[in-house]
Amino acid sequence: MASRALYSPRHPMLKKRDDFEDILEERRRSSDLRYALRCYTPTLYRGLVPCKASMLKSIVLQSDHLQYVIKQVSSESGESTEGVSEEASLILDEMAHCLQLSTIRFFAFTLSKAFKRLFRSVCVNEEGIQRLQQAVQEHPVVLLPSHRSYMDFLMMSYLLYTYDLPLPVIAAGMDFMSMKFVGEMLRMSGAFFIRRSFGGDKLYWAVFSEYVKTMLRNGYAPIEFFLEGTRSRTCKSLTPKTGLLNIVMEPFFKGELFDVNLVPVSISYERILEESLYARELLGIPKPKESTSGLLKARRVLSEDYGSMYVYFGHPVSVRSLAEGKINRSQYNLLPRYIPQKPSADTHEFLSDAAFRLVRIQEENMVLKPWVLIATLLLQNPDGLDLSSLAEQTDWLRHLALAFGAFLDWPDHEACSEVVSCSLALHRHLLSVSAGHVQLSVTDVPQVETTPEEAVFHQAVVVLSCASYRNQILHVFLRPALLAMAMQSANSNRKDDVYNGFNFLRKVFSNEFILCPGDSVQDFEEACYLLMKRGVLQVLEHEIVMSASGHSTLAFLSSVLDPFLQGYQVVCRYLCEETNENLTEKEFIPAVRSFALKLILAGRLKCYEALSSDLQKNALAAFLRLKAVRKVKVGDQVTLKVNKVAVNSLEDILGGKIPTQKPILARL
Amino acid sequence: SGLSQQVIIMATRIKYICRHQDEAYKLGLSLSFRQEIMKWNGWGYSDSRFLFNKKGQAEFTGKRYRLSGLILPSLKDWFEGTFGANLQHKSPATVSQVAVAPPNLNEPFIEDLKAAGVAASHDPEDRVFRAHGHCLHEIFALREGRIGRVPDMVVWPSCHSDVEKIVELACKHNVCLIPYGGGTSVSSALECPHEETRSIVSLDTSQMNRILWIDEKNLTAHVEAGIIGQDLERQLNEHGYCTGHEPDSMEFSSLGGWVATRASGMKKNIYGNIEDLVVHIKMVTPRGVIEKSCLGPRMSTGPDIHHFILGSEGTLGVVTEVTMKIRPIPEYQKYGSVVFPNFQQGVACLREVARQRCAPASIRLMDNEQFQFGHALKPQVSSIFMSFLDGLKKFYITKFKGFDPHHLCVATLLFEGDRGKVLQHEKQVYDIAAKFGGLAAGEDNGQRGYMLTFVIAYLRDLGMDYYVIGESFETSVPWDRVLDLCRNVKERIVRECKERGVQFPPLSTCRFTQTYDAGACVYFYFAFNYRGLSDPVHVYEQVEHAAREEILANGGSLSHHHGVGKLRKEWMKESVSGVGLGMLKSVKEYVDPQNIFGNRNLL
Repeated sequence: MASRALYSPRHPMLKKRDDFEDILEERRRSSDLRYALRCYTPTLYRGLVPCKASMLKSIVLQSDHLQYVIKQVSSESGESTEGVSEEASLILDEMAHCLQLSTIRFFAFTLSKAFKRLFRSVCVNEEGIQRLQQAVQEHPVVLLPSHRSYMDFLMMSYLLYTYDLPLPVIAAGMDFMSMKFVGEMLRMSGAFFIRRSFGGDKLYWAVFSEYVKTMLRNGYAPIEFFLEGTRSRTCKSLTPKTGLLNIVMEPFFKGELFDVNLVPVSISYERILEESLYARELLGIPKPKESTSGLLKARRVLSEDYGSMYVYFGHPVSVRSLAEGKINRSQYNLLPRYIPQKPSADTHEFLSDAAFRLVRIQEENMVLKPWVLIATLLLQNPDGLDLSSLAEQTDWLRHLALAFGAFLDWPDHEACSEVVSCSLALHRHLLSVSAGHVQLSVTDVPQVETTPEEAVFHQAVVVLSCASYRNQILHVFLRPALLAMAMQSANSNRKDDVYNGFNFLRKVFSNEFILCPGDSVQDFEEACYLLMKRGVLQVLEHEIVMSASGHSTLAFLSSVLDPFLQGYQVVCRYLCEETNENLTEKEFIPAVRSFALKLILAGRLKCYEALSSDLQKNALAAFLRLKAVRKVKVGDQVTLKVNKVAVNSLEDILGGKIPTQKPILARL
Repeated sequence: SGLSQQVIIMATRIKYICRHQDEAYKLGLSLSFRQEIMKWNGWGYSDSRFLFNKKGQAEFTGKRYRLSGLILPSLKDWFEGTFGANLQHKSPATVSQVAVAPPNLNEPFIEDLKAAGVAASHDPEDRVFRAHGHCLHEIFALREGRIGRVPDMVVWPSCHSDVEKIVELACKHNVCLIPYGGGTSVSSALECPHEETRSIVSLDTSQMNRILWIDEKNLTAHVEAGIIGQDLERQLNEHGYCTGHEPDSMEFSSLGGWVATRASGMKKNIYGNIEDLVVHIKMVTPRGVIEKSCLGPRMSTGPDIHHFILGSEGTLGVVTEVTMKIRPIPEYQKYGSVVFPNFQQGVACLREVARQRCAPASIRLMDNEQFQFGHALKPQVSSIFMSFLDGLKKFYITKFKGFDPHHLCVATLLFEGDRGKVLQHEKQVYDIAAKFGGLAAGEDNGQRGYMLTFVIAYLRDLGMDYYVIGESFETSVPWDRVLDLCRNVKERIVRECKERGVQFPPLSTCRFTQTYDAGACVYFYFAFNYRGLSDPVHVYEQVEHAAREEILANGGSLSHHHGVGKLRKEWMKESVSGVGLGMLKSVKEYVDPQNIFGNRNLL
C-alpha cells in the first residue's frame, strides 16, 4: 500500500481559500461605455515575441514540424506537397482565431449589461488574479477553467480584460462555428476552433498542435481550454481529456520552454443558465442545434435571477514541478524535435495523473451555496420535508460538509432557517411549498392533458435539475460515501474486506466520478481519516468499527450515492433481461431509457436519475472497462456483446446480494 | 643516466636545502620548482592575483600577463552590482597551511622503491599539493584549512622505465596509485577515495618532461607525457613548430592529463582535439605496457585501442610517452571580434559558419552577461583620446545601430595561417556575420577576450575573498537545442539559487567555445554571493547538480572535455547505457584486477 507523496491525504480543515470581490459592484456604479473603452495595457510574458494573428499563421505553416508532416502525408497519399500544404493552410484558416481588441471592447460593453441583469454578483478571488498576474510574466500560462455553461469562456475573457491581464486564446468546439455571426464574433474575441473528432487525421493534428504550441512557445497569449472537453451537463466534473494537455506540456518536455504554468479555474453558478436545458438533454429530449436564433431566444433567460457567480483562480501549477521525477526528459534527446512522437507509456500515465489532479483542484475550489445542501436533502426525501426539519438537517449537513473541507459560501450571521428560505426562493421553480412542507415538484404544470410517460419526464426534469446541484458537492462526500457503502455491503468489520469493497466500488464508478487511477489506497485512507475525525468510525489495525453515534452519518453518506447504485443496477438488469443479440451502441441509450421508464411506470423503480443518459453512458463505459460487455464491430455498426454471467454477478454485488470478496470479483 | 643516483627524499624543509649539495640537486630543484611558485590554495602563480587596492580599485598583480600591473577601474562596480557584494565584507582564507594526518606508509614498498632509485617524498606540503584539483569545494576547503584523505606519499618517476618499476612494485605490495600531471582537474578526479585503506601513492609525472625526438618528415614529435602545455609549445616553437593544442589550462596542464581526459584545445578547428593529435600512445598498466606497433596515420585493426586510453582518467594506468602531430608555426595570427544585437543572432551566425565549415582557428560567443563581465575587466585607458574613441564606439553601436546594451553579445575570433589566406578567411567570416546583424568590433576586443580565459580562474580567488563563490562547467549539444539548453540551464541556476536561500541573484551566464558540424561546446559560468548561507559549498554543489540534470534533460552531454572524474560519475550509466558501462568495467577488470589505479574515477 505504497502511497505517493503528491496525493497525500489532505487535511481539509487546514485548507485556506482567498476572499472574493464582487466585480459587478464597480460596474453598477460607473459607466459601462467608459469601461469598455478604457485603456487596456495588460502585463505580458517577459519572453514575449510580439506577433500578429496573420504572422502566427505563417510561422505555423513554415514550422519544421508541419513541413515534416506535410511531406510525410504527401508521400503516403501520393498528393503533391503543394496540395497538402494548401490543405494545411485551409485547416489553419478554419481553426485560427483573430483576436481583436475592438471585439473585446464590444463584449465588455454588452456583457456588462447582460451580467448585471443576470447575476446579483460576480465574485472573483483577487489574490488569484494577482498570482495570475505574476505567473503570466514568468512563464507561458495555460488557463484551465471548469466547464458548466456557455458563459464560462465569455466570463473568463471578460474578467481578464477587467483585470488588465492578457486575453486568452480559447480552444472551442467546432459546433459554435455553425452559428455564423456568433462564431465569427467569438473568433475575434480569441476563440479558435477544433473539430470534435479527428482521430486519424495526421495533418489536422499537426496543424492543430503546432498552432497551439507556437502560441505557447512565444508567449503570445494564455491558452485556455477545458480539461473536461465539453460542458458537464450534470455539474459533476467529467473525466479529463489528455490530448490538449499533452500538447501544452510537450514544449516543456522537449526543452523548448523552461516551464509552463497551469492555472485551474473553478467557475460555479448559484443557478445555472442551462439548468433545465441540460436536464432535458439528459432525458433525450433533443438539444436544439446551436444557432444564432437559438441564442437570441435565450433572451428570455435575461429576465430571470441567477443569483451569484463565483470564479476562483487557483494557484498556478508548474508543469516542471509536476513532472519532477516522473518524466525523463532525455527520452526526447534522440529524435529531432520536429518529428512528432507518440507519448510513451510513462508520459501517458503522467498526463492522466496530472489531468485528474487538476480537475480535483477545480473541484476543491468550486464554491458551494446552501442550496446545494438543501437539494441533496430534498432528493433523499422525495416525499418532501417540513421546513423546520429541513432547516435542522441542512444545518447538520453544513457542519458535516465543512468538516470534509467543502468550500461553502454560507452567509454570516444569518439564522439557518433564513438561509434556507432564501435559497428556496431562488430555486422556487423546482419546488412546491405549502403549509410549511417543501417538496421537489413540477411547478409550471402544462395546460394540456399529459400522458403518464410525459408526467414522468416532467418530474424527471425537476429531479435531474435538482441533482445537478447535489452533484456539485459529491466530490466532498464521495470517498467517505464509498466507504460507507463498502461497509454496508461487506459482512465483516475486517479492514481488508471493507477495502476490497471500497476498491470494487471505486472501479465501478470511476467513469462517474473523479477518482484518480491508482489512488485507491490514498482515497481509502482519506475516507477513513475523515470519518474517524468526525467520530463516525474507529479504525483499528485490522478492523473498522462504526461508533454508536455514527449511524446517521453513514446512512446519509450511502444514500448520497444510492441513485447511482440503483441506476447502474437498472442498466445491469436491462443488459441481462432485455437485450437482443445485435444491440448496437447507438440503440443502447434509448433502449435503457425506455426500460427504466417502464420500471418507473410499473412502480418498481423510484429512482428518476436512472433515466439520465449520462449515467447510462458511464455505466456502459464501466462495464466495457470491466469486460462485462464487449464492443464488436460489424460493418459500420458497433454492437455490444454482453457477458450475462458477469453482468448478473455485477448486479448482485451492487445490490449487496454477494459480498465483494467472493471469487467472482477476481474475474472482473 | 645522470639521474641514476636518485635517492628517496624525505623532504622536510631542512633536507630540502641539504639536497642542494646533492647529486640530486637538479632533480630537487625541478621537483619542487612549480610548487614553489604556485599558490597552494588557489589558482595559478603566487605572484599573480586580483586584489582591491586601498582606493577600492581592482588590480592584477605580477608581470606574467598582459593584464598584470594594470588597474581595472570598472571591476568594483560590476562586482558589487552583480553579486550584491561589498568590499567591507571580506572572507579571506583563514589558514596558511593545513594539518594532515600522518602518512599510511607501506614500508616494504618504500624499501623496494629505494632500491629501484625512484625519487619520493611524504612531506605534508607535497602530499597536500597533489591531493586536489581545482573544483570549488576543493579550494574552498583548503582556504578553511580542511582537507580529506591525502596521498600518503609522492613519487617522481623520471622516465618510462621508472613508471614500469613503480607500477610493478605497486602491484607487488598492493599500493594504490593515483597519477598526477598538472593538477588542473575540475572533476574531483584527484581526490583520494576516503574508503581507500591501502597506502595511496601520488605518481607525479612532472619529471618526465622531455621532448624525445622531432620527426620533420612525418611532422611528429615524441614527447614524455609529463610535459606541461606551455613548455611543450615553447620548446617546439624553438624548432619552428607547434602542436596547436591550447586548452585554457595549458599553462599548468600536462600532455598525459590531456590524453587521460580527452582534452580539447581552443584552436581545435585547425589542429583538432587531443584524439586527433595523437599518433601513438604508450601507457603502463598493471598488465604491462599497451601501445601500437607502428606510427601509421590510421588503422583498421578493430576498435582503436587509443580510445580505451583517451578519457580513462587514470583508472587503467599511466601514460608515459606520446607521439603527437606537429605543425610549422603559422605565419600570421589575427584576432577579431563581432558584436551581435542579441544572442540568438550570434548563435545563428556561428551555426552558419559551422555549416559552411569556415570556422577560424577559434570562434567563441559570449552572452550579454559575459560581455558585460568582459567589459568590467577593461583596463584603465591611457589617454583621453582612447577613452573618447571608446565612447564613440559605444555610441555607434548602441545609439546609431540601435543595439540594446542589455541584449547585445560578442563573438571573438582568432585566425591563423598564411597572411593572404587569413585575410580572405576573415572577410568570409565577417560577411557571414553581417548577414546576422553582426558588426566588426575590432582586434583589441578579440584579443582581450582570449586573454580573459587565462585570468578568469584567478578571479574566482578574488571572489572568494569577498563571499562570492563560483565555477564553470561545460557540455556539448546539438545545434537545434543549443539556445533552449542555454536558456533553461541559466534559468534553472537562478531558480535553484533562489530556492536554496541565496540572497542575491546569481551570475548565470554562458558562452560557446567551440563549434562542430553537428553542435557546439557550451560553457556555463555560475557564481553567487553566499553571505547568510551556513553551508555555501553544499548549496553550490546542489545547484551545479541541478544544472547538470537540466543539461542532460535538454540533450546536452555529460562533459565535452572536463571529464567525469568522481563529480559526474552518477550519470555515467545514463550517459553511455548499462552495456556501455559494462564494457568499460570489463576493460578495467582485465587491465587492473587489483584496482592499483584506484582513484575511482569514471566507473
